[in-house]
Amino acid sequence: MSTVPRPWRTDMLTIHCPWCGPRDETEFSYGGEADIARPAAPDGLSDAAWADYLFMRTNPKGWHCEQWNHAHGCRRWFKAERHTVTYEIRVTWPMHREQP
Amino acid sequence: MKARLPTGGEIQRDQPLSFTFNGRALQGYAGDTLASALLANGIHRVNRSIKLHRPRGIIGRGPEEPNALLQIGMGAHSLADQRATQVPLQAGLTAQSVNGWPGLGFDVLAVFDRAAKLMPAGFYYKTFMGPTGWWERYERVIRPAAGMGKVPDGPDPDRYEKRYLHCSVLVVGGGVAGLTAALALGRSGVPVVLANEDTAFGGALRASRASLDGQPARSWVAGVVAELEAMAHVQLLAATSVFGHYDQHFLGAIQRFDGVDGESPIRERFWKIRCERLVLAGGAIERPIAFANNDRPGVMTASAVREYIERYAVLPGRSAVVFTNNDSAYATAYSLIDAGARVTLVDSRATPSPAAAQARAAGIHIHQGAQVDNTRGRLHIRSARIRRADGGHDTLDCDLLAVSGGWNPSVHLYSHARGELRWDDELASFVAGNDLAGVSAIGAMAGTFDTGDAMRDALAAADRIAQTLGHASAEITPPVVENAEPGPTRLEPLWLVAGTGPAFVDLQNDVKASDLKLALREGYRSIEHVKRYSVLGFGTDQGKLGNILGLGIVSELLASHPAEIGTTTYRPAWSPVTFGALVGGDTGALFDPVRVTPMHAWHVARGAVFEDVGQWKRARYYPRAGEDMDAAVARECLATRDGVGVLDYSTLGKIDIQGPDAVTLLERVYVNNWQKLAIGRCRYGLMLDENGMVLDDGVTARLGETHYLMTTSTGGAARVMAWLEQWLQTEWPDLDVSLTSVTDQWATVSLAGPHSRDLIRRLGTDIDLDADAFGFMSIRTGNVAGAPARVQRVSFTGELGFEISVPADYGAALLEAVFEAGEPFGVTPYGTEAMHVMRAEKGFIIVGQDTDGSISPLDLGMAAMVSARKDCIGRRSLARSELRRPDRPQWVGLLPDDPNQVIPEGAQIVGGDPVGHSGQTPMLGWVTSSYYAPRLGYAFALGFVNGGRDRQGDRLYAWDLETGPIPLTVTAPARYDLEGSRQNV
Ligand SMILES: [Zn+2]
Repeated sequence: MSTVPRPWRTDMLTIHCPWCGPRDETEFSYGGEADIARPAAPDGLSDAAWADYLFMRTNPKGWHCEQWNHAHGCRRWFKAERHTVTYEIRVTWPMHREQP
Repeated sequence: MKARLPTGGEIQRDQPLSFTFNGRALQGYAGDTLASALLANGIHRVNRSIKLHRPRGIIGRGPEEPNALLQIGMGAHSLADQRATQVPLQAGLTAQSVNGWPGLGFDVLAVFDRAAKLMPAGFYYKTFMGPTGWWERYERVIRPAAGMGKVPDGPDPDRYEKRYLHCSVLVVGGGVAGLTAALALGRSGVPVVLANEDTAFGGALRASRASLDGQPARSWVAGVVAELEAMAHVQLLAATSVFGHYDQHFLGAIQRFDGVDGESPIRERFWKIRCERLVLAGGAIERPIAFANNDRPGVMTASAVREYIERYAVLPGRSAVVFTNNDSAYATAYSLIDAGARVTLVDSRATPSPAAAQARAAGIHIHQGAQVDNTRGRLHIRSARIRRADGGHDTLDCDLLAVSGGWNPSVHLYSHARGELRWDDELASFVAGNDLAGVSAIGAMAGTFDTGDAMRDALAAADRIAQTLGHASAEITPPVVENAEPGPTRLEPLWLVAGTGPAFVDLQNDVKASDLKLALREGYRSIEHVKRYSVLGFGTDQGKLGNILGLGIVSELLASHPAEIGTTTYRPAWSPVTFGALVGGDTGALFDPVRVTPMHAWHVARGAVFEDVGQWKRARYYPRAGEDMDAAVARECLATRDGVGVLDYSTLGKIDIQGPDAVTLLERVYVNNWQKLAIGRCRYGLMLDENGMVLDDGVTARLGETHYLMTTSTGGAARVMAWLEQWLQTEWPDLDVSLTSVTDQWATVSLAGPHSRDLIRRLGTDIDLDADAFGFMSIRTGNVAGAPARVQRVSFTGELGFEISVPADYGAALLEAVFEAGEPFGVTPYGTEAMHVMRAEKGFIIVGQDTDGSISPLDLGMAAMVSARKDCIGRRSLARSELRRPDRPQWVGLLPDDPNQVIPEGAQIVGGDPVGHSGQTPMLGWVTSSYYAPRLGYAFALGFVNGGRDRQGDRLYAWDLETGPIPLTVTAPARYDLEGSRQNV
């Protein structure tokens, strides 16, 4: 059996860490929806605005921009666009960079 | 071996094997399955059925077998419910029937059969519904009667392993279609894995008389397998059952070595396979027909009969009736005749097919348009009654009834991944659809039964895959196929033959056609509901024989098309999977890592009793002769108060924090202030989650200008590290700060008690230990007992305390030195239990014991710690009205009236007389920590009481199921040395 490397699709069960490459899903942990920025001055927010930051998420049926952590690997956080119905992950990219 | 044919088959006649069945010594050959060897010895009857205890025989030839589920092996090695049709015969194998008491021939519980009318479908639901709690009583009677197999009498001594496998293409099924696809892909240079459930490749070709390019089918198979084996980029997995197909080309498979490879150190291997493309070539399974008493030993599927003759040289009966509604069973008739059996064909189709005409010309007697509507024979079939086309009846004496009701493509693996199934009217069964990306179903599984067509389909699929993966076509010309056995051509659906007597649909679960009728009468319409009501298809065989048959019967009864009734979704596992294989090596000591401190051997030598804290083994207490835990803990606490106590504190989480923004990070994650913490000083910090709930706590020391050392709770170390990393990476990438976990790098010995300072002096140190030079809540770096050390002056016990941390390798030596130097001070080791008691006396929380993720610092009475000067994680949440509610649970001390009564932890707090007229009383709180406190001299507890800080002095009760109400008084949490005079010396 040869172990010729192949261009792996980035899918749910094999996740492409931007730093380590394709790895098993069991090495990763999920960190919820991406781009939920922490308010700069929480004290000035109403309860409703603070609750919006704490609890409200888009929860789409379809493509979803998420945070993932390569917890049992390089321990780096990165972003991924994942389909919540098919679980396909079509792209992953480092934090604080533009989505490719 | 009375049923063994003198020649033929694939068995190795030069390798006879002895085995036993129900204690009887028998013989078979290498190459036999247990089932073929039993049949060779004239044994059909192997079990009693699960519910009605009817005699049952071997009916199938592979994973579909519902009856021959036997107990294999003895003692701890014993395996329950093994399908004899898939167990390779081995020398010395012992097999046992599971059902049947006292014996197979005479089963006391066969009375259930007589009482069958009293036990219709839904019997268990209706009869054993109530009263509440009674199921446990019924179960004790039902389980042994239901023949679930015997549990081995010891831990599994066999070894198993798990492996990952990545490949370009996985081909499931090594029959003609799968072999052809693998060959073409292999020749194209595509890395392929071919998994085959049987020990031998070839599928139906193993029992076929066909020739391919003039070669016998088995020779063709051998040639292909040899070629594949020679390819470096091809991996063949024989005796490997792919049991589940999950999302996005992830499959689970079990490879068996037991009985296949005698040299193997493992019994089974669990493969976790990920492939880019998947080829499913799962073949098909012949289905029975439901007619009265169709379950007698000697009634088999026609294809199984043919396989036993052709592959194993076993003739399952000398006087056979072949009952069919399609052409495929004609091949069975020829095999039987050639093996020397008398054969009568009963063909339910009104019009003879060309196959029938051919058979008639060959001299086979055919009852055209007739149906078998009953059988006789108490322990083995003796005769079949047929209803002729003209309505009259004949009785045919026989010792074998070979039945074919058509074939069901094995679409299970396609369905597992939610692939669509399509009803094929010609087959009267479901075939795999074409809607799963990257998945190709070929061969009989896709409805292509003709050998040549299956090969052409396989080659086309392989070419498409090779091209998408960037390889050229293999350019294979399909071989010329001659004399191939017909598939289920010209099938005319026949599900249920009218008649009197039980007509079985699901043999493993004793589901009869009448049970399905009952389900419909009771109003069930969805096939999912009918299945659940009747338990059709709920056995370990997953309804491989019965599901489509049941669907056909229901559709007939409802006079609707089967596709409208719908099929159930097939779910993993295709065939039963042993727990051993799933667990693999992750058992016993390898189940979870065990972490021990560098001083572990010392604790063991001192007779410590350990407790698990996360993965750590921590010494809980050190009992002396005759001491129980309470006595040991009391002694340890008092020795600490009066002299010096020693605790191994190495498990505490330690995070080294460095960088110009280190203090900013601390300010953001801790509720309190860190800007003014001087170098050489340390401070207790409290960490919240963003909801304002306590996450962790611990002491953080400032070692240098931009260098801090954070300690966390033992159990929270990994969580806090991940928490800080997440905030730094996702939210605050601009902070210039680095984190390193150093928990394992340092060994920590905690000294507590009035003589702790004297003890360090005796150890020898260059650190000035004077109270003025080294104040409470400070840290110093230097040498202790000759080792480089950090000494932190803190106290969790309320006594004068020092924590000495040395590089881990010095830990054991330091502990030895401490006990040598401490001799004059009565130095005493104490464990986590005494530590918990002493901190409770001081009113300190243990995160995870006194908090549970729903407790804020306000609830704990620690609001004063929360800085008003700056924001931190969770701080804004503390301003929410819910957290400001005055009647929220608040942390208090709980003093029982009886100073010796230790309230059980977890007990609820109630007010007034808890046995009031209503019998109900609202819960006011709960107990989180409770001990007999040796330094105080009485029992007391900590816990939460609604609005508890304003209820100090209130008389309440702790309620425990066993002890009843325990009267107590609400107090402040801290009880011991409130002025701190013992630690500040
Ligand atoms: Zn990584």
